[in-house]
Amino acid sequence: MRLELVKRPQQSALFSAVSPLIALGLTLVAGAIMFLLLGKNPLDALYYFFIDPLLETWSLHELAVKAAPLILIAVGLSVCYLSNNWNIGAEGQFIVGAIVGSMLPVLFPAFQSWIVLPLMLLMGIAGGAAYAAIPAWLKARFNTNEILTSLMLVYVAQLFLDWLVRGPWRNPEGFNFPETRNFHAYAILPEIWPASGRAHWGFVFAVLAAVALWFVLSRTLKGFEVKVIGQSPRAGRFAGFSRARMIIFAFLVSGGLAGLAGISEVSGAIGQLRPTISPGYGFTAIIVAFLGRLNPLGIIAAGLVLALSYLGGEAAAISIGVTDKVARAFQGMLLFFVLACDTLIHYRIRLVRPLVVRAGEAKAEEVEAGHA
Amino acid sequence: MEATRGKPSEALLDVRGLTKTFGTLTACDAVDLTIGRGEIHALLGENGAGKSTLVKMLFGALEPDAGTILWKGESVTIASPGEARLLGIGMVFQHFSLFDALTAAENIMLSLNDPEPVSKVSERARELSRAYGLPLDPDAHVGDMSVGERQRIEIIRCLLQNPELVILDEPTSVLTPQEADKLFETLETLRAEGRSILYISHRLEEVKRICDRATVLRQGKVIAQCDPRRETAASLARMMVGDEVQAIVREKAAAAREALLEVRSLDRPAGHPFAISLSDIDLTVHAGEILGIAGVAGNGQGELFEAISGEVLQDRADAVCICGKDAGRRDISQRRLMGGAFVPEERLGHAAAPMMTLSQNLLLSRYRTDARALLSAFGIIRSGAVAEAAKRIVAAMDVRKSGEDPEATALSGGNLQKFVIGRELDRAPRVMVVNQPTWGVDAGAAARIRQALIDLVKDGSAVLVISQDLDELFEICDTIAVMHGGRLSEAMPISEASYETIGLLMGGARAGDPDHRPLEVV
Amino acid sequence: MLESILITVATAATPLLIAALGELVAERSGVLNLGVEGMMIMGAITGFAAALLTGSVWLGVGAAILVGAAFALLFAFLTLSLVTNQVATGLALTLFGLGLSGMLGESFVGRPGLKLGVIDIPVLSDLPVVGRLLFGQDPLFYISLLLTLAVAYFLFATRAGLMLRAVGDNPVSAHAQGINVVAIRYLAVMFGGACAGLAGAYLSLVYTPQWVENMTAGRGWIALALVVFASWRPWRVVAGAYLFGGVTIGQLHAQAQGVDIPSQLLSSLPYLATIAVLVIISRNRRLTMMNTPASLGRPFVPER
Repeated sequence: MRLELVKRPQQSALFSAVSPLIALGLTLVAGAIMFLLLGKNPLDALYYFFIDPLLETWSLHELAVKAAPLILIAVGLSVCYLSNNWNIGAEGQFIVGAIVGSMLPVLFPAFQSWIVLPLMLLMGIAGGAAYAAIPAWLKARFNTNEILTSLMLVYVAQLFLDWLVRGPWRNPEGFNFPETRNFHAYAILPEIWPASGRAHWGFVFAVLAAVALWFVLSRTLKGFEVKVIGQSPRAGRFAGFSRARMIIFAFLVSGGLAGLAGISEVSGAIGQLRPTISPGYGFTAIIVAFLGRLNPLGIIAAGLVLALSYLGGEAAAISIGVTDKVARAFQGMLLFFVLACDTLIHYRIRLVRPLVVRAGEAKAEEVEAGHA
Repeated sequence: MEATRGKPSEALLDVRGLTKTFGTLTACDAVDLTIGRGEIHALLGENGAGKSTLVKMLFGALEPDAGTILWKGESVTIASPGEARLLGIGMVFQHFSLFDALTAAENIMLSLNDPEPVSKVSERARELSRAYGLPLDPDAHVGDMSVGERQRIEIIRCLLQNPELVILDEPTSVLTPQEADKLFETLETLRAEGRSILYISHRLEEVKRICDRATVLRQGKVIAQCDPRRETAASLARMMVGDEVQAIVREKAAAAREALLEVRSLDRPAGHPFAISLSDIDLTVHAGEILGIAGVAGNGQGELFEAISGEVLQDRADAVCICGKDAGRRDISQRRLMGGAFVPEERLGHAAAPMMTLSQNLLLSRYRTDARALLSAFGIIRSGAVAEAAKRIVAAMDVRKSGEDPEATALSGGNLQKFVIGRELDRAPRVMVVNQPTWGVDAGAAARIRQALIDLVKDGSAVLVISQDLDELFEICDTIAVMHGGRLSEAMPISEASYETIGLLMGGARAGDPDHRPLEVV
Repeated sequence: MLESILITVATAATPLLIAALGELVAERSGVLNLGVEGMMIMGAITGFAAALLTGSVWLGVGAAILVGAAFALLFAFLTLSLVTNQVATGLALTLFGLGLSGMLGESFVGRPGLKLGVIDIPVLSDLPVVGRLLFGQDPLFYISLLLTLAVAYFLFATRAGLMLRAVGDNPVSAHAQGINVVAIRYLAVMFGGACAGLAGAYLSLVYTPQWVENMTAGRGWIALALVVFASWRPWRVVAGAYLFGGVTIGQLHAQAQGVDIPSQLLSSLPYLATIAVLVIISRNRRLTMMNTPASLGRPFVPER
């Protein structure tokens, strides 16, 4: 048997819509098998993973807390990936956004005013964008591979944050713990609905950013430019679009949104800087972007799904005693299935028996013509 | 593979009912073909008639859906090119199947069924190249070779297998007339040795000149089998394309015309290792004039197109002038606003984004010139207006498509080319620059495109046509110049030009300058 | 002192060299597999766990190679049979590998592992300075150099290597010549995976014989950068790997000597050096264009 791909004359609208769902379904099946191998009841495990966190108000809030950075980063990444710029360093841009945005409450704790928070958010955006500008500029100017440079900068940012919180920015009253002082009240991103849970305004930013980018990508010339350059660079040049400017644009947008996610996370969910401020949001967002089929509205839904997998990992760890690392394995597996299912959008897949020419035997199951 | 001689009357190759379907398209529909020993057999048909599909099946590169292949009277299955070579079938591909990063000898080695060391392959290739008068350096890298040299590698690679049947797919489409003459001599030598040749072409004169028999394909079906020497070019053409092609109508253009497109001593260094540098190019196209630029592929035509269209800027503002204004420092959008319209050689991936719909592809080259009609505030696309404009072009150029607004890749080559040309004509541009307007396009669409260019000129525009197809240039141009090695010859009125003079220029006859380098683009 | 520094440079360079050689072969066939980090970390946990459970270091090494190749097979199936985007699929492989290894490795955290011993060639290893460097290393050090020799010989002196380069240059022509493009690419990718698995096992069985989550720490990515740095030539990979080994060990020694620079900033040196090297290489456009396999990263669907 061998697989044969038959190009569809048109992209399949049906599979564009359902392929993420098929991928989710396959991930659940594979996950059940994985739990079985770990010696757990798969139905129980899947219940704690994917249903239990949805049953209580506070955990829905937690879902929004986890989904906010994922969505913010992923919509930015969608602009990058659609324009064929492979920014995989969002984790670093997230961290640098958090660091730059935290400068005010950490270094000037006495500066307390309502304007601190807006300034922090803007500085976070600027920090993330500036950090993303490095691989962008190197690609535009020297054609340096942005995948490798943006990723290397993640390690650099992580080490830099580690140095800051253990060194110059360490809380002077903090008993030598590696963390900065706690942010003052003016530097805290407020909760949306304080009475019922922790969800902060970062989630609102995420939804607003997704809707705005959805509009830009689907309705405006800029969105058209993004897609033309991504799909067909020469056609883009023929149209008069600048590849170099697009590289910078895409990285600034995604870096800025990653920076906003970073500062929102520290000022909304954590309240200070620590050596580790992200459970890999910048990388998980890559999965979110693809699961959302690079469509900002799809990314909102995908962000919620991946956020659920984080919560589910914690829930399953407590209730059935599997490691919460299962969540990361789940997420990686999901991306595989998403990519595999996307093939169905462009190709029909058929199975072909090996070529044995015998009278009367049809060689391809879909082709009736037999060999004489 | 030693030939086992059958009865002399027995055909070498006998194909019956060969069929191949791609999706909904039947590329070959129950094709019958018989090739005798020691004959040059022409396979005629226009672009898209199924010639390439048929020979790929004979060479084992495609799997037939139905039908039988009899080789020396015995039914055979040719599952791979390796098996074809074992039987004694060799092939020279149209788009050469060579590897640029490897040397000629390494290329040849890859197609030998029995492994041999490179040194021995080089030596045998040298012997053959001497024996057949096909000069070749086996140790040179293919990436640095001219089109003619590449074809010689393919031929030698094929002959090393000592084939009884040699298939040549459109071998002269990339050669100068003089190079083609040399090729014909080689083919006649092969025939004299008792080998058979399947010669694929849509060029009728050469088929009449060298072929013993002809099979004509149209839309995947065998339309006729004939002796081409007894036919006229016109009768062969009718078999190939049917009666649907209109003759081109031309009227004499008015004299005394202003210069609309001028290129003045344009120099451009090669941008990347496989590019050609342009040197000292001058040309002028007047209102009401079609200037044709002939030349073998890869002599700088693509680079010239990029320079004139503004995809690449010039150092000097006056290196390119459009409608009397300096455009050298303006980008392609600005040059469009000055009255220019451009159609590059590659349809998919350059003139059009393959996965985008026709209306999106309309926007591609028109969003700036027609911003008021197609866009509203903040760059929001007026999709209704865009769809409307696309429809207008589809109607004007008779673009045949399936579905309301299909993706560019879903259209046939001819129909997409009509669309991308129509997209520019719809603006009634003052200056139109077209690279290879009808390359790989069926005869009906080609005629329509040529007529559209002529009509545009009649209304006082200027057209620059870059083409490898000499017949086309002689048919539509008022003046003609030749590109070779990144230089352009003096333009001459078409009435003073002949195939021979143009052919000599294409071969670089007058390029006696010291830094002329015969590099070729991939 | 100098001798021991040089030896540690070799241990830092060897995993980079092995992983980069594997990726080089895959990329020469036209496939860009960004999953090196994921295959490497899977090799590290598998090697560590298998060695611990069986008590045999060599079984650990073998298991790591098999798992690396199996992961590569998964990648190959997606990108070659289902024609998914190579960049995205490579990222998926890395994310999956990092996640799965973390999960599988949780029970091994903190357990002392087995270490692959050194081969001590008598007499020669007692030579001054170069003695232990050349004749007293672990077996994988010698294997890595033999592997370089083998890859160079295979690519440039065998017909199969020629076919592999041809496939990377122009898969359409290769297919037309009857070369089985997809099969060759499958094998090349799996060789890359096997090498990445071996490199991972080196980390957890030789370099630091223990299991730590994310212990590859970007080495898979640096291996990818090395392939570019080496412009797809095996012997240049050796030079690059030892250069990076030198930077890594150099900054570790600087930290140990108590140089007055924060250790985190020193630790980021290898990553910054990677960026610097990539920039220097990519500035030379002509060189990169001439050497990059022409079909690298492009999908290919054979016409049948």
